[in-house]
Amino acid sequence: MKHIVIIGNGFAGITTARHIRQQSDHRITVISAESAHFFSRTALMYIYMGHMTYQHTKPYEDWFWKKNRIDLVQAYVEHVDTGNKAVWLRDYAPIMYDTLVIATGSKPNKFGWPGQDLAGVQGLYSLQDLALMEQHTANIKRAVVVGGGLIGIEMAEMLRSRHIDVTFLVRESMFWYPILPAEEGQMIGRHLREHHVDLRMKTELREILPDEAGRVRAVRIGTGEEIDCQFVGLTVGVSPNVDFLQSSEIATNRGVLVNSYFETNVPDVYAIGDCAQFSQAPTEAGGAERKPIEQIWYTGRIHGETLAKTLCGERTAYEPGVFFNSAKFFDIEYQTYGQVVSPLPEGVATFFWKHPDGVHCLRINYVADDEQVVGIHAFGIRLRHAVCDEWLRNSRSLAYVLEHLPLANFDPEFFRQHEAAIISQYNQQATVPLRLKAKKGLFQ
Amino acid sequence: MSNTTLLIRRAGLGLFLLGFTMFVVTLTLSQFRLTTSILEQTVKKEHLAVVQQATAPMVGKLYSSQFSFISDFKTAINQLNNGYKERQQWDKVIYNNYAFSVTKAASNGFFPDNRNLFFWLSIGLALLGALLYIIPASFQLPGIKNNRLFQHPATSRGWIGIIVGGFLIGFYIVLYFYPEYLTNWVLLVDPLNETLSGNRNVGASASQWFLYGTLYTACIVVMGIRMLINYRHSPYQQVRTASVMFFQTAIAFLLTELLVRLNLPGQDLKNMWPLDYSYFFDYRIDEHLRAGTLGIWMLVWGIALFVIGVPVLVYFFGKRWYCSWVCGCGGLAETLGDPYRQLSDKSLKAWKFERYSVHGVLAFAIVMTLGVGYTAITGSTSLLGVSTYDLCSWYGFGVGSIFAGVVGTGFYPLMGSRVWCRFGCPLAAYLGIVQRFKSRFRITTNGGQCISCGNCSTYCEMGIDVRWYAQRGQDIVRSSCVGCGICSAVCPRGVLNLENGPVATRQTEPFPIILGNNSVRVRSE
Repeated sequence: MKHIVIIGNGFAGITTARHIRQQSDHRITVISAESAHFFSRTALMYIYMGHMTYQHTKPYEDWFWKKNRIDLVQAYVEHVDTGNKAVWLRDYAPIMYDTLVIATGSKPNKFGWPGQDLAGVQGLYSLQDLALMEQHTANIKRAVVVGGGLIGIEMAEMLRSRHIDVTFLVRESMFWYPILPAEEGQMIGRHLREHHVDLRMKTELREILPDEAGRVRAVRIGTGEEIDCQFVGLTVGVSPNVDFLQSSEIATNRGVLVNSYFETNVPDVYAIGDCAQFSQAPTEAGGAERKPIEQIWYTGRIHGETLAKTLCGERTAYEPGVFFNSAKFFDIEYQTYGQVVSPLPEGVATFFWKHPDGVHCLRINYVADDEQVVGIHAFGIRLRHAVCDEWLRNSRSLAYVLEHLPLANFDPEFFRQHEAAIISQYNQQATVPLRLKAKKGLFQ
Repeated sequence: MSNTTLLIRRAGLGLFLLGFTMFVVTLTLSQFRLTTSILEQTVKKEHLAVVQQATAPMVGKLYSSQFSFISDFKTAINQLNNGYKERQQWDKVIYNNYAFSVTKAASNGFFPDNRNLFFWLSIGLALLGALLYIIPASFQLPGIKNNRLFQHPATSRGWIGIIVGGFLIGFYIVLYFYPEYLTNWVLLVDPLNETLSGNRNVGASASQWFLYGTLYTACIVVMGIRMLINYRHSPYQQVRTASVMFFQTAIAFLLTELLVRLNLPGQDLKNMWPLDYSYFFDYRIDEHLRAGTLGIWMLVWGIALFVIGVPVLVYFFGKRWYCSWVCGCGGLAETLGDPYRQLSDKSLKAWKFERYSVHGVLAFAIVMTLGVGYTAITGSTSLLGVSTYDLCSWYGFGVGSIFAGVVGTGFYPLMGSRVWCRFGCPLAAYLGIVQRFKSRFRITTNGGQCISCGNCSTYCEMGIDVRWYAQRGQDIVRSSCVGCGICSAVCPRGVLNLENGPVATRQTEPFPIILGNNSVRVRSE
C-alpha cells in the first residue's frame, strides 16, 4: 500500500483520487491552495450571476472525503523535493509521498501590457479570482474584456448580468477564431451585439491606464483610442500552472513534460490535466491528432481515469476517444464532436445548414473523396454524444449521417426538429437525394 | 433593461402592493349585527332555540369589530356547550362551527354593499400590478433567467422570502382553523361564486373553499403567464405550463362550479385518492350515491384514475403526467413556486428522510381508508384498538391541513415549492413506486458532456442530486422526479433530456469509464 499525493484538487486530480480509491486501498492525500474541497470551476460564472452559491458548485458533500478516506490538505506547495520524495508546503509540515501526481491546472495569461497589474485588472480562473472580480466590479459602469475566447465570453455574460457595459476586444477578425468557421463566428458576434456587448473585432489592447489611486481608469487600444472603464478582464488564454516546479528536478516546458503514460522524467512522478504537456501529441484511434496540452474539462477527467489504472497496477497508456467539447455563448449552446477546424484542411469539405432565425445551425465536415465524416458541431441544437461518437468512430459517410440525423437529436420533447430542412437543403445540391431513415428518440 | 421597462415594472410592483394592502385592509371593513332571521338561516333546526337564547344579548347590537363579534358569539356557544358537558348531555353539544356563516351573514355597512368596487380595488389591482411586473420580461432575449436568485432577499430565504412565507403560513392557519375571520374576503368573491355555480352561500355552506379556489387559480394563471414568458425558449416548458393552467382553471375550478350548478357533487375530476384522502369517507360516498347514475359514474371515474390510470400512464410517461402536468398542488408548485425551486434541500440526509416520510404517509392513508371501509362494513368504529374516526381526524388535521396546506405552500419561500409533494404526498409515493420500477420514463444523460457545474441539482425542486447521475453517465430514474424538465432547461451543455423509451434501456448503473476514453476500453480487450 503506497502513499499517493496529488497536488491540485481540480477535476483531474479528484478523478484520479476517486478512481484510485474505487480500485485500491492506497493512502491518498490531495493538496490544494485554492480551496478546502473540490468544486466545479465551470460554475464560477454562475456564482457571480447569482444562479448558484459556492456550496452548490461542490459535486460532493463535505463528508464524502473522510468517508472515502481521501485526506485533504489546504496549503500552498512551495517546493517538490523528488530526491527525498517530499512535498514542502507553506505553513504546513512537509508531506512524504511514494507516488506524486501533479494536477495543478492553469493560470490566466498576461502578455506584458503596461498596467496589467493594476487594481481592477485580472483574469478569471480560480475562486480567488472570482472574489477579486466581485470586489472590483461593485458599482462600476463599464468593463473591458480582452480576448475573444470561452472565458472572455463568459466574463462578458457575467458583467452584462449586472447591467455593466462591456467592451469586448478581439484581436482576430472573428470571435473564437480559428476554432469557429466564419458563419458561426458571425452568428456569435451578432448574438453578442444583441446582448448589448460592444464588440470590437481586429482590436488589440495596447495599454491599461491608471488613475491616481493605482486603479484602472481606461484602456488604450491599437488605434490609439482610449476607452474609459473601471475593470479589465484579461482572457487571452491560459497556461499550465507549473512555476512552483522550477526549483525541482521535474522537467517542464510550457507544462510538465509527460509521455503517454503521464510519466514525467522523474520516477513515481506523474502529471495530468491542464498542467501536463505531452512530449508527443496524443493521437486518436482514427488518426486525428490532439494538442500536446489539453486544457479542457473533459480531458482532465479522462487523464485521471487513465492514470488511476496505472497507479493501481495496470500500466495504461492514454488513448483518447473521439474528441468532444461544448460551451454556451450567452443563450446559444454549442456542442462539437470530432474535428471541425477552420480553415478547412486539405481534402476536407463541409456541409453547413443554418436556420433563418440565425441561432440554430449544424456543420458536418467530411473527407471530400469518400465522404467519410470527420467532425460535427451544432449551435442551438442538442446532439446525442453516444450517437455522434459511434458515427465518428465507425467513419460513417455524410449520407449516412444525414439520413440518421434524428437519432442524434437530443433536444427536449416539443422542440422544433430541423432534420427535414437540413436534408432538404442537402438534396438541393445533391446528385443522389437522401431520405430520412430514422426517427428522433431512444434507439431500440 | 431599458428605463421604460424598469418604470413599468416598478409601477406594476407598486400597484400590486397597493392592491394587496387593500385586500388585507378589507378584512377590517365590515360592521356586524346579529338578528334572529340570520340565526334562522344559518343554524340547524335542532340547535336554533338554544343558540337564540344563548346569543340573545348580542341581537340587534351593531359591532364595529369583527374580533368582538366573533368573540362574543363563540363565548356564548362555549358557555352553552360547557353547560351540556357538565351535565353530561353529550348529544346536545354543538360541534358545528356556526361562527363562520353567522359572521358572514351578519356583515353590513359600506363594504358589503360595495363588494364589486372593493374586489377590483384589491384583487383586480393586485392582478394588474402583477401582470405589469411580469410581462416586460417578454422584451428581453429568450433564455434562462436565473440572474440574482441567490442574491435577492425574495428568492434566497432573505427578509422578503421570510415575510412571504410567514404570510402564507398565517393565511393557511386562518383559512383552515379560523375561517370566520376571513368572511370579508369570502364576501368579495361571492358574486363570482354566484355567477359560476348559482351558489348563494347563505346558510351553512362552507365557502371559504371557494375563496381559496379563486385565489389558487388566480395565482396559477398569473404565475403561469410568468412561466410562459420566462421559458418561451423551451416548448416543453410552455406546453407543460399551459397544461397545468388548463387543468386548474377548467377542471379544478370552473368545471367543479358547473357540477354544483347541475346539482352534482362538486368534484375535482382530476383529483384522486389517496391525495383526495376523504374520497371514501361516508359523507363523500353518500354525496355520490345521492346524485344518481351520473354521481356513481363520477365515483367510478375517481377509482379508475388510481387503479388503472396511474399504473398505465406512469408506465408510458412516468409520474410527470400527473405531478407536473395535471395535479393542482403541482400546478401551484410549478407556477407560484417557480421562484423558489432552488431552495430545496439536496443533501443525502434529506433524501433518506424523504423516503421514510413519504411512504409513511402512504401507509397512514391506506390504514385510515381501510379503517373507514371496516367501519362502513362492520359498523364498528374500533380497529385494533384505535378509533377509525380518530384516524380520519388525525390524518385530516396533521396531513391534510398542516402538512399539505400550511407547510406545503407556506414553506415555498423557505424550503422550495415541493415540500408536500416530496415528503408527504401519498399519491406521489404510489406514482413514484411505479416510476422507479416499471416505467418507460427516464432523464437520459448525454455521454460525457457533463461539466459538473451543479445547475441541474440546484434547480431540481425535488432535491434530487441530478448532477451525481449526470457526471457518471447514469440515467436519472428516481421515484421523486416529477418530470418538470427544469434541470434539462437550465443545463448549459445539453446533458439532460426527459425521454420515454423501452424500460430495459434505462441506464441505472454508472458507466465505469465515461464516453470519450479509449485508454481503458482498449486495455480490457
